[in-house]
Amino acid sequence: MLNKIEKAETDVLVIGGGPAGCWAAWNAVSAGMSVILIDKGYVGTSGATAAGNTTTIYTKRGTAERAATVDQRLRLGQGFAEQAVVETVLDRTVENLDLLAHWGYPFPTYEDGRPYRGMLRGPDYLRFMRQKLIKARVKILDHCPAEELLLSDGVVAGAIARYRRGGEALAIHAGAVVIASGGCAFLSGALGTNNLTGDGYLMAAEAGATLSGMEFSAQYGISPAYSSVTKGVVYFWGTFTNEAGDVLGEAGDRQSAVAQELIKGSVYAVLDKAPPRLQEGFRRGQPNIFVPFDRLGIDPFTERFPITLRHEGTVRGTGGLKIDARAGTTVPGLFAAGDAATRQAMSGATTGGGGPNSSWAMATGSWAGEDAAAFVKALGPLWRSRTVHRVSAVAASDRGEANDTVADVTDIVKQQILPVDRGFFRTAETLTAASQSLNALWADETWRSRRNARVREAEALIATARWVTESALLRRESRGLQRRLDHPEQNSALRKAIDTGGTDHIWTSYVSLSPQRMSHAS
Amino acid sequence: MIEIVSADRCVKCDLCVEACPDNVFDAVADGIPVIARQSDCQTCFLCELFCPTDALYVSPFSDAIEGASEADLIARGVMGSFRREMGWKNAKPRGTSGDLSYRIFETGRIIP
Repeated sequence: MLNKIEKAETDVLVIGGGPAGCWAAWNAVSAGMSVILIDKGYVGTSGATAAGNTTTIYTKRGTAERAATVDQRLRLGQGFAEQAVVETVLDRTVENLDLLAHWGYPFPTYEDGRPYRGMLRGPDYLRFMRQKLIKARVKILDHCPAEELLLSDGVVAGAIARYRRGGEALAIHAGAVVIASGGCAFLSGALGTNNLTGDGYLMAAEAGATLSGMEFSAQYGISPAYSSVTKGVVYFWGTFTNEAGDVLGEAGDRQSAVAQELIKGSVYAVLDKAPPRLQEGFRRGQPNIFVPFDRLGIDPFTERFPITLRHEGTVRGTGGLKIDARAGTTVPGLFAAGDAATRQAMSGATTGGGGPNSSWAMATGSWAGEDAAAFVKALGPLWRSRTVHRVSAVAASDRGEANDTVADVTDIVKQQILPVDRGFFRTAETLTAASQSLNALWADETWRSRRNARVREAEALIATARWVTESALLRRESRGLQRRLDHPEQNSALRKAIDTGGTDHIWTSYVSLSPQRMSHAS
Repeated sequence: MIEIVSADRCVKCDLCVEACPDNVFDAVADGIPVIARQSDCQTCFLCELFCPTDALYVSPFSDAIEGASEADLIARGVMGSFRREMGWKNAKPRGTSGDLSYRIFETGRIIP
């Protein structure tokens, strides 16, 4: 019930406590701001990084290592990655990793004793950040998902959140808001993605924000068929076979070969190309890879096991909220960082899974915190007396239990997006069918007569699926993570970004890549 | 999915209730936590890291019930195996510096 709303006030509100949100909170509090950090789950275990180990990129400008990482981004970005952005992101990443070391984060060392800063163990890294933020007097609210943004004269001025356990609403008035709530993996079961349902996209779009690159979202991760563990790196040393034992993808795109075979039947993998030294490296580096094998008595280096592909959406794909050269969205007072922001300038049309994404989270998180702080300072103290209103006209008064139909709605979205022959490979036919189904779901009010956290998640899933689907329909070519069976070639005339937005009416539009990233002053 | 909260091992600290990102457990006054929303479990195994007494078991099956028995898991050394491999102790990371992941990149086969 809304008749008892708890109120809070903070200079900067950060929504989402993965790496991007933690770095945003750190940089805002370091600039003298009061900061509230809220997360749907627990800051330290919530999100895709917490559940994994993530490579990061520790290369200094002007070195051969930096040149190699930048060249790879530009090549894989297929015309969309921007060298200046990649360099700036990687510069900030080095700065942040050095800061972590300065704080005493126990980075591993190479055998010769040199420090190794290219890997961050998710739960270790995020627990470290959590402790750092608590000591810096950031107020962390766990298990408290944001529901919608507050506005004042078109400027974002806070958010309504709701404690997941007690159900009490919390109105947080803020001078600026950072959305770091991650991407959307459409409840595919990919590791650590259950909370990543596109909530931040929906809240921002309701406030008028633009998204970009949503068609570059058909990223899938390999996992054992029975398991959540989408740790893709080991499969570089794997061999894939079909039921009959024929080796798949000996030449060309191995993941596409796996995807094609999965439409027909079972696919297996064995990690037979990993030498003993590397096996030990994986074992002592990334134990979570082996939990699904060890607990079932499988030796993945010698025995083949069934695999599947799990959709990783914009968590490891590219699309998200459009930002300027730092982290400002198209709505004043609202900043976006990490997977919540489009990564087109960093990763282009392809996945930035691993190093590029974790670097992106550190850099854009830091910029979001700094720029949110600067925005609040520019507002002056009078922002506290602003009149604010909710973005939506819906009276979120009925807090009843979700009815069964919400689960049915979520299942329909998953059926449109997750299957390999709809999500990985796309055609005008499947996309049009998805568009019609998703539009009908959005227009249907019956399943959301009771407005609660589950309903909001379902709304965010539908909205994200619609931006993806409409953007993928508009891009009549194949490029990176957009695989159109009816337009298999890349079209050089389409080296343009696709922006999208809206909720009741979804709009899409080609925009030129340069200057795709608006100047911050505008 | 989470399958077992061991009544023999649990010390009712409720750290799992707090640390679970998916709000799977409910705390119980004077009792051990209950698995209240099992199907919300994302099979991330992180609750096992936070458990100071290795009282939790997350099955590797993310969409099915394994039906493992605690006695069998203890006999096989599975209870707490992920925590030990990660080097966590008393809900704190103590194995970060032992990570050998740099070996992934030393052959040059992949670039970070």
